[in-house]
Amino acid sequence: MNQVPNSAMIEMRNVSKWYGQFQVLTDCSTRVSKGEVIVVCGPSGSGKSTLIKCVNGLEVFQQGEVIVDGTSVGDPKTDLPRLRAHVGMVFQHFELFPHMTITDNLTIGQIKVLRRSKEEAQEKAARLLDRVGLKQQAHKHPGQLSGGQQQRVAIARALCMDPICMLFDEPTSALDPEMINEVLDVMVELAKEGMTMMCVSHEMGFARKVAHRVIFMDQGRIIEDATRDEFFGTPRSERAQLFLSKILSH
Amino acid sequence: MHGDFDFSVLVDSLPFLWTGLQFTLKLTAVAMLGGIALGTLLALARLSPIAPLARAASWYVNIMRSIPLVMVILWFFLVIPLITGKPMGAENSALVTFTLFEAAFYCEIMRAGIQSVSRGQVAAGYAMGFTYGQNMRLVILPQAFRNMLPVLLTQTIVLFQDTSLVYAIGAKDLLKAAEVAGKNYNRPVEMVIFAALIYFVMCYSLSFVVKRLQQRFAFKR
Ligand SMILES: Nc1ncnc2c1ncn2[C@@H]1O[C@H](COP(=O)(O)OP(=O)(O)OP(=O)(O)O)[C@@H](O)[C@H]1O
Ligand SMILES: [Mg+2]
Repeated sequence: MNQVPNSAMIEMRNVSKWYGQFQVLTDCSTRVSKGEVIVVCGPSGSGKSTLIKCVNGLEVFQQGEVIVDGTSVGDPKTDLPRLRAHVGMVFQHFELFPHMTITDNLTIGQIKVLRRSKEEAQEKAARLLDRVGLKQQAHKHPGQLSGGQQQRVAIARALCMDPICMLFDEPTSALDPEMINEVLDVMVELAKEGMTMMCVSHEMGFARKVAHRVIFMDQGRIIEDATRDEFFGTPRSERAQLFLSKILSH
Repeated sequence: MHGDFDFSVLVDSLPFLWTGLQFTLKLTAVAMLGGIALGTLLALARLSPIAPLARAASWYVNIMRSIPLVMVILWFFLVIPLITGKPMGAENSALVTFTLFEAAFYCEIMRAGIQSVSRGQVAAGYAMGFTYGQNMRLVILPQAFRNMLPVLLTQTIVLFQDTSLVYAIGAKDLLKAAEVAGKNYNRPVEMVIFAALIYFVMCYSLSFVVKRLQQRFAFKR
């Protein structure tokens, strides 16, 4: 598709991980170029969350290599907090800090990690809250917001850190159906602006609209790593075909 | 004389009882703040992946919790001067002993509090770029503290009652003051009843606060 040789933002080489005897990830390799949007799907327990958590070192892996923007995540010499500060992450259950206001949720990382001044951080927070349509909620606590609103705040919180790429772990699967689109709209917009994104998601409408590639995982392996059109045309593996027919039928 | 109470002496002795109550309150406050601070550090040590540190903290807590407080009080009062070579005074000895002793109990409460914070919150803090220390200070401990506030206060009520044990080393707390005043005015029974009433009123109102807090938290979550 793309003729220009892209530089890799995320590169995974033969990543394997075990929980004791149980192997969660087996030989996972993939590459996400700058500006690319990747959707990761697969059945429950297949290791999707574990895979993207290896990207920012929230999960340790025993074999292989993960390189983010030229930095090796598994290298003990790597300053992980510094790397993570620029890799945005959005969780299934939002994980806003419940004891802080929305504004504080958006400024704390900027102030404590990026060492921005309070004024600068607040200005940025206000701008990004406005962008996700939640300017009015700045003074509230997370518990006072709906799930969809909390997830949009969580995306804004990650964007406040000027991320070089964004990781999403099933950002809409804990939401009531009527709130899914408000979150997906924000993600689509981000994708269109050229943000590098790795999204664990079963929202195939979203994948069709903005994904460059789709990764299908099963039992800790990357079974399929195809361009969007290939994937939705005819997935090569039977497992992926079966999975697709199941989630597209409802 | 039997059944012949005279509570009028109470008014005269109030200033004296107040000095005793002041020490009781000071001891409670110091042991609470110091105990929570030290207890939190102990909890962090117990949860630390560094095995010797976790083991040392766990020993400390278990030893403190298996010895009667009154023995710890006596032991400290008698042994510390032998080590340092100079007497410490009953009051100072009590302040140090209570802080060290209560820390073991606050440690267990804070440990439960830290573990009550969800893994998702911990991950979110690290994903933000926080170091271990920042994540503890900014994300985990504030939530742990809030979740455990009713239990911390309940422990403080127990602490407040236990301060009367400094009687054993002659520190001048509320109970000691009541006893001395009772002797001076020759009205020991009235004085002890009055002291008991003060303990009762203070503990009862504190438990009331705890109950209200628990209701508020139950409502919110
Ligand atoms: N801390 C752990 N200890 C042991 N096994 C674990 C642990 N965390 C996850 N697992 C196992 O690893 C496997 C992969 O988990 P993971 O959460 O990555 O799957 P997933 O694809 O994200 O699933 P889901 O769609 O349910 O979120 C699962 O079988 C899970 O039970
Ligand atoms: Mg998952």
